[in-house]
Order: sequence, then structure tokens, then C-alpha cells
Amino acid sequence: MQTSNKISFSRRSFLKTSVLASGGMLIGFNLFNACKEDAKMPVDLSQLNYNDFNAFIKISEEGKVTIFATNPEIGQGVKTSMPMLIAEELDVLWEDVYVVQAPLDTENYRNQTAGGSQSLRRNWEPLRQTGATAKQMLVNAAAARWGVEASTCTAKQGVIINANGETIGYGDVVLEAAQLEVPEDISLKDPKDFTIIGTKTANVDIDKIITGKPLFGLDYKEAGMVYASVIRPPAFGQVLESFDATTAKRMPGVIDVITIGEKARAMLTEGRPNWSVKLSTTDKIVVVGKTIWDAIKGAKAVKTTWKTDSNLESTKEHDKKLLDLLNGNKFRTRRKDGDVEKAFAEADKVVERIYESTFLPHNTMEPMNFFANVTPEKVHLVGPTQTPEAAANAVASLLGRPIEDIHVDLTRMGGGFGRRLYNDYVIEAAEIADKIKMPVKMVSTREDDMTTGVYRPACKYKIAASIKDGKLTGYHLKEACVNGNMYGLVPNFFPAGAIANYQVDSVPLRSNITTGAWRAPYTNFLAIAEQSFFDELAEEMEVDRVQLHMDLLDNVKKNPSPKVDYSPERLQGVLQMVVEKSNYGKTTEGVYQGLSVYYCHNTHVAEVADVILDNGMPFIKKVTCAIDCGIVVNPLGALNQAKGGVLDGIGHAMYADFSFKDGVPSANNFSSYQLIRMGQTPEVDVHFAKSDIAPTGLGEPTLPPIGGAVANAIYKATGQRLYKLPFMNNLQSKEVIG
Amino acid sequence: MPTFNLKINNKAYTVEADSDTPLLWVLRDQINLIGTKYSCGIGQCGACTIHTDGIANRSCLLQVSQAEGMNITTIEGLSEYGDHPVQEAWKAIDVPQCGYCQSGQIMTAAAFLEKNTNPSSEEIRNAMNGNICRCASYRSIEEAVKVAAKKMS
Repeated sequence: MQTSNKISFSRRSFLKTSVLASGGMLIGFNLFNACKEDAKMPVDLSQLNYNDFNAFIKISEEGKVTIFATNPEIGQGVKTSMPMLIAEELDVLWEDVYVVQAPLDTENYRNQTAGGSQSLRRNWEPLRQTGATAKQMLVNAAAARWGVEASTCTAKQGVIINANGETIGYGDVVLEAAQLEVPEDISLKDPKDFTIIGTKTANVDIDKIITGKPLFGLDYKEAGMVYASVIRPPAFGQVLESFDATTAKRMPGVIDVITIGEKARAMLTEGRPNWSVKLSTTDKIVVVGKTIWDAIKGAKAVKTTWKTDSNLESTKEHDKKLLDLLNGNKFRTRRKDGDVEKAFAEADKVVERIYESTFLPHNTMEPMNFFANVTPEKVHLVGPTQTPEAAANAVASLLGRPIEDIHVDLTRMGGGFGRRLYNDYVIEAAEIADKIKMPVKMVSTREDDMTTGVYRPACKYKIAASIKDGKLTGYHLKEACVNGNMYGLVPNFFPAGAIANYQVDSVPLRSNITTGAWRAPYTNFLAIAEQSFFDELAEEMEVDRVQLHMDLLDNVKKNPSPKVDYSPERLQGVLQMVVEKSNYGKTTEGVYQGLSVYYCHNTHVAEVADVILDNGMPFIKKVTCAIDCGIVVNPLGALNQAKGGVLDGIGHAMYADFSFKDGVPSANNFSSYQLIRMGQTPEVDVHFAKSDIAPTGLGEPTLPPIGGAVANAIYKATGQRLYKLPFMNNLQSKEVIG
Repeated sequence: MPTFNLKINNKAYTVEADSDTPLLWVLRDQINLIGTKYSCGIGQCGACTIHTDGIANRSCLLQVSQAEGMNITTIEGLSEYGDHPVQEAWKAIDVPQCGYCQSGQIMTAAAFLEKNTNPSSEEIRNAMNGNICRCASYRSIEEAVKVAAKKMS
């Protein structure tokens, strides 16, 4: 066995040889496309601990395989589905695979983020190549031992077999394999030969979840750790004037009461770090307690005085300003095809509607929290973040430490939905730890979490379309949104390319309320607006809704363009599938159906909502959902994402009411903010298009279309068009269940 | 600071805490039973559901002083090997997405099925309506409760 560090290693040979230094019991293959090109060799290989370097795969001499899940798990299932890609090409039994969450390792891993439903899409090729290369090395080792050509050997389920029928297990040749050259030009399996990809695979953490084992950030503990509760301004636009912590400091469980904010302000003078929100420049009061309850109780005992520093904004004034912006001319044009103004001037008819949304808090079930321990040697951060690399960079900048000092361990997340893309709470935890010089966990209460959020911005759309000789000739979408929303590629989504004269404009309303990405940002409300609008257009044009879409998509097929970000064929495919599976258009007495078809996050989805009237009130009975996300890697996980997205979309479209008055949020807990509950959920019937195209994400795409399908179904049931969220507040009968 | 004698998962514990401390935090921070989750703290979401004398109860609303003398069960004590019919059903259906609310969901379902082993869909939906799942795994929960009911009847 080689353990010498005197041998000169290429990057690739390091990646296999370094593993030998781990003691020989376990071998790691850590390489190739999923790693960065400049993955570095540690200084002293003999000192390597197996935890000190990353590996995607370790194979023990018993043939057991450990696969590192590199991306943060927020409930979207990547801790299961990404290792499945490696295991498939490595060709081992899934039962022999053990999955471990990798820490943040910017030296060696690429793009360890959870956002935009991109994890599977981006890692489809690299992870499979990693598995396939490791398999080839094992085969080569076995062939060398047998003295035969590697091409005469095959491997399956962890066993290599030669032309004479002799077999050898992966574990038996793993040490030899690690010393071989890394092969190039590896071929990947034909999808028809997949045995793991496409099979129903349970969540790898299922046993821990159902028995209550520590998994989440809030569960993380360390000896000597204390807890911190942060008192932030009660209103956006306020800053701390003074406080009196005399009572709190007398409480036996309270260790100290401090303020933070100084370092965060200093950091901001050098610019705002990526994936952090516009941090308030205020000082914040921190109560440090022996337990979480001590800290929370102590925080309640602190007397605070706040002063107004900037505008105390209200939804009422936002509404007026956003409407003024929609009717004004301060837009930035995001895309312009043809001439919408000319089309409108020449039209037989122009249809114009306005759609309005609320702010939304994320309300992850696990509130924001993070552990930090700042010592002269290193800064240790542990907890839930969707963007660990950005968190590490922000903390390095905050504390003036080199990035090498910052170590981030990832926990499973009790939901993300975009909230944990922003690391404001990590920055707070680090500033507290730096000041008190103790390992500390910052914990937000539900009230803290809901009232100091990074909200989905309130947004309004004005959509206008021109009809001439029974055809759609122009389409003009205008967005006015608090702090802006529209993003580069969105103007290339449907109906881009389908209508000759097409324009997308946007204008932001600047606000001191922090806003950001919320599950399916950019489209979670846009889809509701557009899919409601198309329903109305079809009615105005007196054409069948399905036919209208099919015809528009035919236009795109006839005129292919790189500025169209969706596939018209795949959108038509899911549309036809949902029509067939839901019996859309075939009248069933007492059932009212609404249709929606949408593309976002690289996935094509069509949905039909079935609404019935119960004592005259609409009730959503069933949703049929057709999805084309390419190859379905894990049908169980995919189904969970699809159903969850649909129900989440229904809940927020129907009930979510969140606004501001004088800078203060209208709700602070689930008693004043309604999330969907079991009794309000319809049956969700999900169908996936058969496909051998590379997979795309599912964490978000089923959410945006459903609100439109529901609005269109309610219209058919009640005759009322819905233009404003939440639908519940705007239904003429307020006694809707569903 | 007063001390309290608690009986949790058939084990006796003595803890020192302010009498108004929610049992939730005593379980999590002092006894290290972290399977019981904090989410709302006001009895609205069910993430902290435990059994007290066999009944599903919200540990965030129960003060430690009220918990003396009760027979308390947490997710860690629901079964010795994680094989309670409800846990097995959760696994069979692969219910969890993020998983954070699920120990509370399981505890609510287990207490409910002790009283009603042949529930209708409507009864399940009513029984589970107090537990929020932000990932909206509700339909899988409903299915899993049905599977567990069959095993328990």
C-alpha cells in the first residue's frame, strides 16, 4: 500500500491516492467533472484524516459504498436522488449504499446550493460520470488480477465477472483499483439499462425522521453551547434607540445581554455579500441564555425604544404606487418583438386586465437558526442554509478572517422555499459568537421568523392582448413589483415566440421591506396572472382554451427561435396528457374544471383543477397534473415534490394574506396567518411524461400553474373571475372551503 | 429553582426549571429528546405533539409544572425499534419531504388510531387537521394513516 507523500501526484492521482492514506479500510474516488478543476492536494498526505477531504464515493473492502451528498437538502429530495445517479453508474445495489451529507467544500465541490430546482439538472452528467469512472477502475483492477483484457469483463451489482465466468467483488479489488490510472472516455449507460434511476427509492433519512433522531439545525448541540435570541426592530424602517436589560440580566438563565450590528455595518461599507439581504443598519439586542427558553424569556423582559429611521411603509400606499407605476411610463423593456402598439391600434379588440398579489413569508417549519463558534483557530458554522458558500464568504468578510478559517457543516433543513438562500441569520450568529467568545446557537422564534423575513414581494401585472380577425396579434405584459421581480429569462417563457408582437416591461417600487426568492420566484404569481388571462382571452375569442394553446404552440414550432426558453412540443405533450387524464372538456354534472399550462425551471407542467359546489360554495375536489421533467430519477421523491408543489400553490393562492401597516407585518404566527391544512387538500393525480431526455428539477415547477387552474375552475363554478390574492378574501361568498 | 419529577418514555427524570417552562424546551434542551420539534410555540402547528397519558398533547403549551405525574411519550419512545405501525406506514409511503413536522404528525396519528382503528377519510382529515406540514405532504400522510389503521385493527 502506498502511503508515501513523496510521490508526485497529478490532480487525479491525488484523488485516488489520498484515499490510501486514510488507513486502507475505505477507499474514496473523488474526482472528475463534479469536482473543480483545481481541486488541491493537501500538504501532508500521511496526516490525512478521511473526513478532511471530500469524496463522492468510498468503497470499503466489504463492498459497502458510502456516497457523499454534496448539495443542501431542504426537502426537495436531492440527498437521495443525487447519490442515486452515482450508484446507478457505479453499478452497486442501493441496499449497499450509505449516504452522508458532505460539508461545504469550495476547494473541491462545485455549486453546493439548493435553489432554482437545478441540482439534478446540473449534476446529471457529472455524477453519473463519477460513478462510471470508478466502476471502470474496479473492472480494470479485476482484469489486471486475472490477466485478461478489461474489455472482456463486465460488472453488475458490485460484482465483476470475466469471460470465464469468474467473479470478484468490488471490495476485493478496491485497493488495487485505487492505484490504477484514472481512465478517460468513459461511456455512460443507456437509459433503458438503468436499474436504480427510475425506481421508487425512499428518502435516505427516513428512519431518522420517523424516530426523531437529530438531523436539523435546531437539533445540533455542542458541549458548552449557549443560545441567543435576537431582538430586531418591530417595524421595517425603525432602528434601535435605547434599551433597558436590567430585569433580563437578573434572570438566572440569562448569561448576558449584548448588542450586535457594528460588524455587519462595517462589512456593508465594502458592499453587500452575495445571497445576503439588505441588512438593516440598526443595532440589535441579543439575549444570551443557558437554554433557548432562557434566551426567549430574557428577550421578553428587555425594554426597548425604537426610532424611525426611514419610511414606515403600508400595503395601502404600495397598492396605489404600484398601480400608478403600471399606468406610467417608467418601465424597463425586457423583451420586445414586433410592435405591440401598432397591433393594439389595428386590433378589433384589446383585452386588458390587472392582477394583484400579496407579500408572502416563507414560514419554513423549522425557524431560522444557526450555530457559530469563533475561535482564533477557526470559525465553525453549523446549520441550515441553501447557500453555504455564500454564508462562508459573508462570515469571512464580517469577521475579517481568511476564507480558509471558515468551516460550514450542513444540516438537513426543515424547509427552505428560498428563505435559506439568504444568510442574514448566519451573519447574526457569527457576530454574536465573535462577541461572546462562546459556541452559540441563534434561534428565531416563529414570531421573529415571520416578522423579520425576506418576503415574496407584492406584485401587480397588467396584461393586454389584441385580437384581430379572430387571432391574437399582440401581447403586452407589464410588471410593477416591490423591489422588482422580473428576471432575465422569464420573458422568453410562453407565450414568447407564439405571438408576433410581444413585449415584456417591468418597473420596481423601491422599499425598505426585505424581499427575495420564494418557491418558484419570478413565476409563482406571474403564472396565476397569465393563465387566468389566457382563460379569459379564449372566452373573448370564443375559441376552445386547449385549442388556443395548441395553436399558439404550433406557431412556435413553425418559427423556432433561441429566444424561446421552453419546448413547444413538450408543452403540447403535457397539455394533451392533462386533458386526457382529467377528462377536461367532457362535462361531468356538478364538476367545474379549470386549466393551466406552464413552463418554468426547465420543466413543463399542465394542471386541471376540479371544483364542485358544496351548498353553493366552491370546493377543490381534485387536481390532475401532467409533468414533463425528462427522466424521472426517483418516482417516489418526484411524486412528493409534485403533490407538495400543487398543494402549496393552492394554499398560498387561496389563503395567504400578508401585508404591512406602518412597517409592521400583519401576521406573526399561524394564529393570524393561514397555511393550508389537511382538510383543505384535494386529491392530486400526477402523471409523468415518458422520456429519455436528461432530467430537470421538480422542487418548484408544479407550484406556479395551479393558482390559475383553480381561478379558472372557480370562474366556471361561480361566474366570478379572480384577479387578486388571496382568492379567499376576494370571493363574493366568503364561506369557501377548499 | 424548583425541581420536577417527570416520567418520560417509561423513564424517570428530575429536572430543574422555572415552573412555567414549556415541556417542549425541557424535553429538547434538558433531557435531549430533540425528536419533539419547535415551530410555532402557541399550539397552532402540532410539530411538538407528544402523548400525555396516551392523549396527543402540545408540549409547547404544557408547562413543566403541569407535566408531573403524567405518563409522557415522545417520538423517541413511541416504539423501541422505530417499528410502530404508524412509523412503518410512514416509511412504506415515504411520507416526509423536509421531515421537520413528521414526528408531530406521527404522534398525532398514533394517538388517534389507538381510539379509532377503522377511521373514514373524513375522520382522518379531522384528526390530522391540527398538524401543519409546510411541504404539504398531507395526501401521503392521509394514505399512511390508512395503511397504519389496517395494521392496527
